[in-house]
Amino acid sequence: MISWLKQFSSRNGVGLSVYLLGTVTLWILVMIILPQLLMLDFSFRHNWHHMDPAKMGGPEDVYTLVNYHFLLYGSPNNPDPFNVVDVTVFFRTIIAAVFVTIFDLAICYPIAYYLAQVAKGARARFMVLALIVPFWVNEILRAFAFRILFGEEGTLNAILLALGILNEPIDFIREDVALYAGLGYAYILLMIFPLYNAIESLDKNQIEAARDLGSSWVRIHHRVVIPFAKPGITSGCTMVFMLTAGALALPQIIGGPSSLWFTQIIYQWFNTGSNWPRGSAYAIVLLVVCIAFVFLVMRIFKVRIGEIGR
Amino acid sequence: MSADVQLENVSVRFGDFTAVRDASLTIQGGEFFSFLGPSGCGKTTLLRTISGFQELSEGRVLIGGRDMAGIEANRRPTALIFQNLALFPLMSVWENISFALEVRGESKQQRLKRADELLELVALPGQGNKRVDELSGGQKQRVAVARALCAEPEVLLLDEPLSALDLKLRQHMRTELRAIQQRAGITFIYITHDQGEALTMSDRVAVMRQGMIDQVSDSTTVYDHPETAFVASFVGGNNAFPGRLTAANGTEATIDTPDGTFSARTSSHSALAVGDESIVFVRPESVFFAQESEQGNLVEVTLVSQEFEGHFWHLVLETQGGRAVRMSVMNDGAPARYQPGEKLTIGFSTTNAIVLPKGELAAE
Ligand SMILES: Nc1ncnc2c1ncn2[C@@H]1O[C@H](COP(=O)(O)OP(=O)(O)OP(=O)(O)O)[C@@H](O)[C@H]1O
Ligand SMILES: [Mg+2]
Repeated sequence: MISWLKQFSSRNGVGLSVYLLGTVTLWILVMIILPQLLMLDFSFRHNWHHMDPAKMGGPEDVYTLVNYHFLLYGSPNNPDPFNVVDVTVFFRTIIAAVFVTIFDLAICYPIAYYLAQVAKGARARFMVLALIVPFWVNEILRAFAFRILFGEEGTLNAILLALGILNEPIDFIREDVALYAGLGYAYILLMIFPLYNAIESLDKNQIEAARDLGSSWVRIHHRVVIPFAKPGITSGCTMVFMLTAGALALPQIIGGPSSLWFTQIIYQWFNTGSNWPRGSAYAIVLLVVCIAFVFLVMRIFKVRIGEIGR
Repeated sequence: MSADVQLENVSVRFGDFTAVRDASLTIQGGEFFSFLGPSGCGKTTLLRTISGFQELSEGRVLIGGRDMAGIEANRRPTALIFQNLALFPLMSVWENISFALEVRGESKQQRLKRADELLELVALPGQGNKRVDELSGGQKQRVAVARALCAEPEVLLLDEPLSALDLKLRQHMRTELRAIQQRAGITFIYITHDQGEALTMSDRVAVMRQGMIDQVSDSTTVYDHPETAFVASFVGGNNAFPGRLTAANGTEATIDTPDGTFSARTSSHSALAVGDESIVFVRPESVFFAQESEQGNLVEVTLVSQEFEGHFWHLVLETQGGRAVRMSVMNDGAPARYQPGEKLTIGFSTTNAIVLPKGELAAE
């Protein structure tokens, strides 16, 4: 450790080393570890813990699993064997996030491949720009614009009716089409760029060699490009999945009235329910399950965690 | 099965730049044919045109008499070995080799069997389960050959596959490639900027210059009977004496140069008339020490430096006009006879000198 520090400071100079180590340590501690630890601590508390100074630190102020228990079984007078609403919403959120991820991957892979291996020079730069610039529009504006686009009286319905494809308008928002489209679109760049990076570093000659040996394009992708791009696919999918499962604004604004996103329940506990411990417990369950799920999928597709960074 | 390859007036342009210019030649089935030329002269482009990765701007490519226009790379009876080999790093050696069979949907058993046979052929038995990055440079090269042969091409195209290897391995692989070609009995089209490689392996060599084919002949003819100044200066070492032709009698000519008046044989491929600007070429090993009293092609020179290279001494001399002349003298075991600065007379015979029309010379 000491010798590593010495090496590090001789490589970067003392000033830069102190700055780098200081800011990184501070960042990791203050921005990442500490708040999560606080949340974790909160999730094991009774709700009156921070509201009732009289009892605070008293004999009843102990760690408890009530909040986790509530997520699974609901209130004591819940007639169902488990907390149907919350658990259903939880799984629906995860499954929907999986579908959004797969959908994004399917859309982005051809684009990333085209950008990385086919388009060159000015055209590629223009396409990248065309992908990035729309994201200057802030999320809330985009979300409400989607409402106008997908609403029952919205533009899409108007067009489809005018073209005679529909006889009566579909409420895309109630049907959650707007939500999935919005979520799919929201994180598309986080899918494209890791894919692009991975595919871009593939030697074009490998593709040509496979072609030369008689391979069809499908097989070239299956055997050469996709295995090579696996780390990029993994990091893109992980990011999109995590962010989709944890999205709040979009489900809030363009989600159908009947379909809750799990984050909305969490938000309700924190906000209207003013039950921070319960909100924390819910959020932590979401976090842990998402991470576990990602590791499981990586296991299935035989990707090692170290490869993601590449 | 081997097929002949015909190029008919093939031109390839990138925008305004012409990478291959009006190339026409026929490569016989079963031949080991090399394209030799300096870096950037369009060798890779020509090979990619034959294999179908590069569209041609004009002309036709015929393989086995069949016009290849509109036939994609994966449908051509060619296999290309890339300049950087382009093995698949995520597949094992045997999977790499049998990829062409995988494409055809053969069973794993079949593929393993064929991969083993090919590993035998390229002298790498039992290495099928290795990963590609566990192989040495020469082994990778052989795997690339095996992978290409597995596709059972009628024409194998090789793009400087040996350039990354060290000298010893390169020499070894030359013999090996030549042997593989004879065993497989298919047409090899080989690209290199290394003349030694082209001359030792090939049945015939095409020398390229800036997208054009200057000469197509067998190795000894290219070396002994160059048809252009470029070929003479690019293939092997050569001394050039530019001058003006003063007399010609069909097979021999007299040329006035600033370094003296020389007689040299003429090339049957290039007509020269009296008064034409021309260049006399003499190989370093054809230069000998002479007496001033002798008749023939004589040049007064000063010794500038000498290098010892085992079986040869390489001397750098300077004529009175300031032209550098190289000379190679067989090492007879005696110590160096001359000192730098010493004045000497050298000569060369008419039959060992060739006069060609003035033209572009290869860069040193
Ligand atoms: N795709 C391309 N676009 C534009 N110019 C190209 C392209 N490919 C090759 N060239 C140009 O064509 C010329 C010939 O290139 P080529 O790769 O065929 O050379 P080469 O003889 O194989 O050289 P080397 O021995 O260095 O491999 C070069 O000047 C190169 O810059
Ligand atoms: Mg090349």
